[in-house]
Parts: sequence; structure tokens; C-alpha cells
Amino acid sequence: MSLLAAAGPSAYWYLTRATGAVSLLLLTLTVVLGVVDVERWSTAAWPRFVLDALHRNAALLALAFVTVHIITSVLDSFASIPLLDAFVPFVGSYRPFWLGLGAVALDMLLAIIISSLVRARLGYGAWRAVHWLAYASWPVALLHGFGTGSDANSTWLLVLSGLCTLLVLGATVTRVLSGWPANPGVRRAALGGTGAFSLFMIVWLPSGPLGPDWARRAGTPSSLLSHSRSRAPGARSR
Amino acid sequence: MSTRVRVNPIACEAHGMCAELLPERISLDPWGYPIVDGAPLRGEEVEHAVRAARACPTFALLLERDQPRAPRPAGAGSAGSQRL
Amino acid sequence: MSATAPVERPPARPSPGARLPRLFAGITAEGALTLEEHIAIHGPLPDLLTGAGRRGRETPGTLLIHEIQRAGLLGRGGAGFPLAAKLRAVAERRRRGIVVVNASEGEPASLKDRTLLEALPHLVLDGALLAAQAIGSDEVIVCVCETAREAHAAARAAIAERAPLERRSPRVALRTVPAHYVAGQESALISYLGGGPALPGFTPPMPFEQGLRRRPTLVSNAETLAHVSLIARHGADWFRQIGTAEQPGSALVTLSGPVASPGVYEIEYGASLASLIAAAGGTTRHVRGALLGGYAGSWVPGDRLDSLLLSSEHLGPLGAALGAGIVLLLSDAACPVAETARAARWLASQSAGQCGPCVFGLDALAGSVEDVLRGGAPAAPIGRLTGLIARRGACGHPDGAVNLVVSALRAFAEEFDDHARHGPCERCTRAAELPLPRRPVDRTPGRAAAGARR
Repeated sequence: MSLLAAAGPSAYWYLTRATGAVSLLLLTLTVVLGVVDVERWSTAAWPRFVLDALHRNAALLALAFVTVHIITSVLDSFASIPLLDAFVPFVGSYRPFWLGLGAVALDMLLAIIISSLVRARLGYGAWRAVHWLAYASWPVALLHGFGTGSDANSTWLLVLSGLCTLLVLGATVTRVLSGWPANPGVRRAALGGTGAFSLFMIVWLPSGPLGPDWARRAGTPSSLLSHSRSRAPGARSR
Repeated sequence: MSTRVRVNPIACEAHGMCAELLPERISLDPWGYPIVDGAPLRGEEVEHAVRAARACPTFALLLERDQPRAPRPAGAGSAGSQRL
Repeated sequence: MSATAPVERPPARPSPGARLPRLFAGITAEGALTLEEHIAIHGPLPDLLTGAGRRGRETPGTLLIHEIQRAGLLGRGGAGFPLAAKLRAVAERRRRGIVVVNASEGEPASLKDRTLLEALPHLVLDGALLAAQAIGSDEVIVCVCETAREAHAAARAAIAERAPLERRSPRVALRTVPAHYVAGQESALISYLGGGPALPGFTPPMPFEQGLRRRPTLVSNAETLAHVSLIARHGADWFRQIGTAEQPGSALVTLSGPVASPGVYEIEYGASLASLIAAAGGTTRHVRGALLGGYAGSWVPGDRLDSLLLSSEHLGPLGAALGAGIVLLLSDAACPVAETARAARWLASQSAGQCGPCVFGLDALAGSVEDVLRGGAPAAPIGRLTGLIARRGACGHPDGAVNLVVSALRAFAEEFDDHARHGPCERCTRAAELPLPRRPVDRTPGRAAAGARR
């Protein structure tokens, strides 16, 4: 194991990164389809029941990729990430805060999916309330990605994240502008929050994950810092 | 014994998936709400009706297996019904 | 509009030969009869619990239900459903039932229920307690409209008056309910009493199966229960001495419009409209038409009114019914198309807002009548629209609006045609004759109970 570790970024590391990116893409698709669903948009070629089924399947597929993402990150011997850290946030040793955000996003995603599977027993009101966690879990997942990712400033990842963010922003704003939540004050707050988050990302990214020495600032244990300098492609810190 | 489709108009929010999945029995009015033919379902329609009921986001589409209900105000004559 | 009816001084008890008044026996121009006065007129309340002994499996309660069935008492709240069937349905359930006295009277053109509570509360309470005992219930809830303050005060005083006397009787609570139109609908009432909004719910389950607090609930109009108190005293044969075979007994009717003394009158079913109008002092203007049954009811054109008899047998073929005993006369100073348009718009505003076909359908219906009123739009599309609305709501509210408009098209075909061609007539802009009070639909959940508890 340690021989493999010294040889460069392991296959697990690549898989973790790749499945993470795909998960982000699938979750973005899920959110967009969710808004399409509730806005009752459809065409002759894309009837409502098809788009609804796509929304459900995208969510399940996202969960599948997230599962692989967790397994590979646990198996990756570079950093010690026990399985528990995937579900219980902020208790780990490796970048506890940013990894923990992933756990938070996962917990919310699980709540949404499980509540949807037992929807008939749960009742419409409770199911709908849990479902709204989706709007919270997506930005949390995005922040997790930027915070833990060791190649946050690779171009393709930035472009992908940017595209996904634009899609989710567009979907959220569409939803809010079409009159939800019902209370106009809450709607204004939702729009404001969305705008604030976007602004925050624009301001924070350059000085945060894209800035110098992020690995150390993000909470990578010091024992790993010296290793990491020579590991990742482009000699970026993890 | 017969199976019928019925809509709970209070729960219904005009998503319209039921009309897509069971067009033989459900059409939409000008405002997007379902007009349901409450006659007993034919054998081959039942599975589509079950799918349509599962697809409804608000559980507004109901399958009832019972004897026909007396019109309102139904009193002692109403039979019970099983939800599928 | 005066709330009590002018009645001649009656004998101390209704004797078998006398016809009317029955419910209104002893009614005073103002104030309520005390318990003592009530007993003096009608005799003491038969106590089912100690009454006629058990014969085989018959209990006094079963005997009363049987008597009510023999009497053929139909509900007086508008639906006309046989009370005995309702009582049996609740009595047969395993769980102990609850009796809800519906005096909520959300129909603006009806005043009979609040009149009963204002003037003769013990008549209603007698009936409610008898019904409760008959079905084995230990709880009675009297529901009064929040705007009917006098009725509420009189009911509260009457309940308090009885408190020391009946130890084994069911306990009686008094609640006010919102004034909007659909609040008095059975499931809306139960929802409100249970802490929810006063809006209709989806049935099944029916209230008699699972109503308030999941217990079988008997929701009965206040007047119906008043009749029960007299049937229990005088029997089914006495009850059937007046009225028709299909609609036996007497009924309270709220008469309004161009008559000398509009108000609440007691009639026997089958009586002529002419005799009712005569009792009200005759008309003050020529009558153009009548709306029977309230805003969910049907129009009858003026030329039919002289020979009109007030029973389902005679009204049925005309597509009309007395409903909750409402007769609204329209004078020739009013425009029936304009009145219908206003009433249709009012009904649309009174929608609970829960069902798409009602919310959108009634708005479109009112709009189409208004289009005819303004001129240039034919009445034909209205027929297509009504087909889309009827029977597609959770309650009967949209059906009532459809009934109103369809009957107007039939009764005033000429006037509608005239307006479609030429636009508004000079009567259109006059003040409305039909009372349409502002009643925003109250969606707040049931407020804390107010009133007497035993």
C-alpha cells in the first residue's frame, strides 16, 4: 500500500475526483429537472411523466456515483478517511470542515431520496418539506467540492462547476420568480440568498481554494502536507 | 366487483401526468385539471391506472375497488372502498 | 328584514287537530322562551333513558329513531336527507358518536336557524339531546354563525338554564363558526371544530363514519332537530297530519323581497306560495321571478308563481326545490340577468379555493354571465361551461352555482337573449336586490371554544 502511495496519485484519487465531478453534474441535472417538473413544462416529445421519471432516475444515479465517490475516498490510503466521516460531519482529521460539508450534503440527499421512496406512507406535506432540502444540499455539495478538491483550479473543473452553478442558479431563480414560496417576503429572501451565495463564491474562490497554500488552510493534516507537494499533477497542493 | 379511478379534487394540483398515462379515462379541462371517466376499468387498463396513480405527485389520483357510491348526501347506503 | 314571524297566539299545547303553528307555537316578538315557558307550551322533554321500557332488543333510542323514520322527517338544511337513516348510520358504528347542531346558516338569504335559536332555543336543544341519547352519544356541539350574536347569546343562556337539571344528559358545548358560505358544509364544519379551517374536506370517509376526532358524527340542521323534539312528544302520526306524503310536516321558510313583512314563516309542505305571500302581508311590487332554495337554488319565472305549491312534487318538474326553506322574490324593478351575474360572481368569491374546477370554473361562469350582461356575447357557451364544472369539486358548491345560472337561462331566456343582443337594460345599474354580504373566506383554523360547557 505504502509503495503504491509513494508512486503518485492513486487510482482511487482519480476515481474520487471523477465520481465527484460526475455527481455534481448529475445533481445539477436533478435540480434542473426538479424545477422543470414543478413548473409543469413539457412538450409532445417530452411528456411530464417522462421528465418526472428522468428527475427521479438522475437523483438515484447521482447517489450511485456518490456512493462510489465515498468508497474510493475511504480506500484511498493517502489520507485517513474512515467511512463514518461520510455520514457524520466535521469529526474527521482530513480537512474536517470541507469534508464534513460533503457529509451534510449526503445526509440531506439521503433524506430526500428515502422520503421519496416512502412517500405514500409519509404523506404529501412532510415529503414536500423534506424535498426542499434539495435547494440547500446543492450549494453545500459545491462548497465541499471546492474545499476538498485538490485540483480545484484545473480549468475543466472550473468550467464544469461554473456551468453547473449557472444552471442551478437559473433553475432556482425561475422557480422563485414563478411565485414560490408563497410569501413574497420569503421569496425576496430566497432571491437575496441566491444572489449572496453567488457573490460569495465569486469573492471567495480566488482567495480560497484557488489561492496559495489552500491545502494547509483547508485543514490537511501537517503530516500529509509535505507528501502532497509532489503528488498531484501540476504540483498543486491537495 | 369493479375498479374505478377517482380524483381527489382538493389534493389535485393539475400536474397532468395522469392524463398522459391513462388517456382512455382521463382528459384535461381548459384549466389543466383532470376530467375522470368513473366507469369501471377494463382489465388491461388497470395496470396503467395503477401506474398513473403512482405517478401523481400529490396522491390525488385514487383507485377504488368497490360498488358504485351513492350520490351525495350518501348516507347509510355507501359501501366501503379499498384503496389500491 | 325582521327575524321573527308574526304569529297568532296559539293554544297552550298543539292539539291533534290544529295545523299551524307547530315550531313557532308561543313564539314572542322579541326574546327567547325560557325553559319554563317552553315546557308549558310543549310539555316536558321525554327522557329516553327512563322512558318506555325495553321490549326485546328495542331500546328507547331505537324506538325514537323508528318513530322518526315513520314520521318521514327529512333534513331541513337543504339536502333533504332522511334523518332516521343518518341516525341509524351513526348509532350502528362502534365508537361513540357526536351530535353537531348545524345552525351556522352561511346562506345570506336564510334566517330560520338563527331565529330558532334566538326565540326558541329549547326546542332545538331538546331535539339535540334526544338525538344524542338515541345514538348513544355523550356530546353535543351547537354551531352558530359568528355574526349571529343574539342567537349565540340566547343559546348560551338556554344551555346554562338546563345545566342544573340534566345530570345524566350529554354535555352541550356552543361554538361560533365563520360566516363564509361553505363554512356550514358538513365536512367544513367538522374540519373547523377539529381545529382546521372551515373548508370542505374530501369524502370518503363520510362524517357518519369518521367525523370529528375520528368519531362517527351526526351533523344535523337546527330546524330538523327542533322537529325531532315535537315528534318525540306527539308521535309520527301527528307529524304526518300536515304536509305531503313525500314531505310530511311543517317547515320554516325565509321569505324576502317585495313583500310587506319579509321574514321567517312556518308553512306546511304543499302550501301555496300565494298563501305564504298573503301571510307576509302581500307583495309591494309586481314580482318578476323567485329564487327558491337560495343561491345554490333555482329561478322560477314570475308567470309560474301564482299557482306554485311549495313541495318537491310540484317544484321538482320545474327544476326547483325549497332547499333550506328559502324564497327570494325579485321585483320587476330588478334585472334578473344582472342579479344572476352578481350572485354568480359572489358564489365564485365564496369558493373555498381548494379545487381547480371550482376556482376557475366559477370565475369563468360568472364572467360568461357578465359578458351576456354587457352585450355582444351569446348565452350558448355557458352550457358548455356548466358541463365542465358540475360534480368536479369536493363539495356541492360549484354544482349550486351551475344550478343558479342554468335555471336563470331557462326562466329568463328572453331577458338573456335581449341582453346578449342589446347590452345592459335600464334596470341593470340599480342597486342589487339579492343580499350579497361581503364574506371573505376565512381560512384560519378553528379558534378556541367559546360558550357554555356543562
